[in-house]
Amino acid sequence: MHPAPAQVKWDAPSPAFEASWGKVMMWLFLLSDTLTFTGLLGGYGFLRASSQAWPTPEQVFNVNLVGFMTFLLICSSATMAAAVGTARRGETVRTGRLLGLTVLGGLLFLALQAYEWIHFIQAGARLASNPWGVPLFSTTFFVITGFHGLHVTAGVIYLTTVTFRALQGRLDPDGVETAGLYWHFVDLVWVFVFTFMYLI
Amino acid sequence: MAEAGATPPQGPAGTAPQAPGRLGANPYVRTWFWLLVLTILELLVVFLPIPRTLLVVLLVVLAVMKGVLIMAEFMHLRFEKLSFVYSMLSPLLLALALLAGIFPDALNRLP
Repeated sequence: MHPAPAQVKWDAPSPAFEASWGKVMMWLFLLSDTLTFTGLLGGYGFLRASSQAWPTPEQVFNVNLVGFMTFLLICSSATMAAAVGTARRGETVRTGRLLGLTVLGGLLFLALQAYEWIHFIQAGARLASNPWGVPLFSTTFFVITGFHGLHVTAGVIYLTTVTFRALQGRLDPDGVETAGLYWHFVDLVWVFVFTFMYLI
Repeated sequence: MAEAGATPPQGPAGTAPQAPGRLGANPYVRTWFWLLVLTILELLVVFLPIPRTLLVVLLVVLAVMKGVLIMAEFMHLRFEKLSFVYSMLSPLLLALALLAGIFPDALNRLP
């Protein structure tokens, strides 16, 4: 006869996956978010492929600037990954420093995105109209980069919290890894947003 | 880039979940480097005088390569138990089904 535990032990790893529950649940959330972004990018691809004309992104956006934004996210993903390693080894100060750098990368990314949006809006782009003749061009741009920017903003808040907790001596390596999964996902989504909205 | 130290970085998939912590920073630097190379390639490929369809395919392949690198290395999927990997990746088939379901219409039906 089995001992039949009265409740699930949430602080123990999931028996099926040998991974912390935080990690399993974060992956589940990221999967649902993946489907959301697939829907958005798929809808964008559909609209663009079925439109007779579409502005060339390189002629509207500063692709070098966006390339630099991509570089920033890649760097912040790398510092995040390193922070997970130092958190596992219990190096509180280094973890705090690496997390701080990750937050800084996210903030810089947001600043540049704000700059790009302002530039685009000053050129006459609105949610439902723009000077390039295809209204859906600016609609899809604002909705998709805006939704991604919202994710970056949430990530910055999330990681700032984790950073402060680490510096207060409440460093939880599993928690840092879970936060890292979210941050890498934001980077992963940007890879596709960058490719489909700016390069193609 | 050779890793120093007693712990080899290429542990088999499905080892203990704390495996990434023992790896040190080097694999991350390597992943960062390759992500950078692929990004620069993406920016350069745009200027190639090749047919647009080929360009799109090339860019999608490069983007997927970057995505796989991020998931395998940064998100540690390489070190998770196989049941975990399959559970988390199989729903992506739904995303592919969604795309496969709408794209034929984009190319055929609308003017």
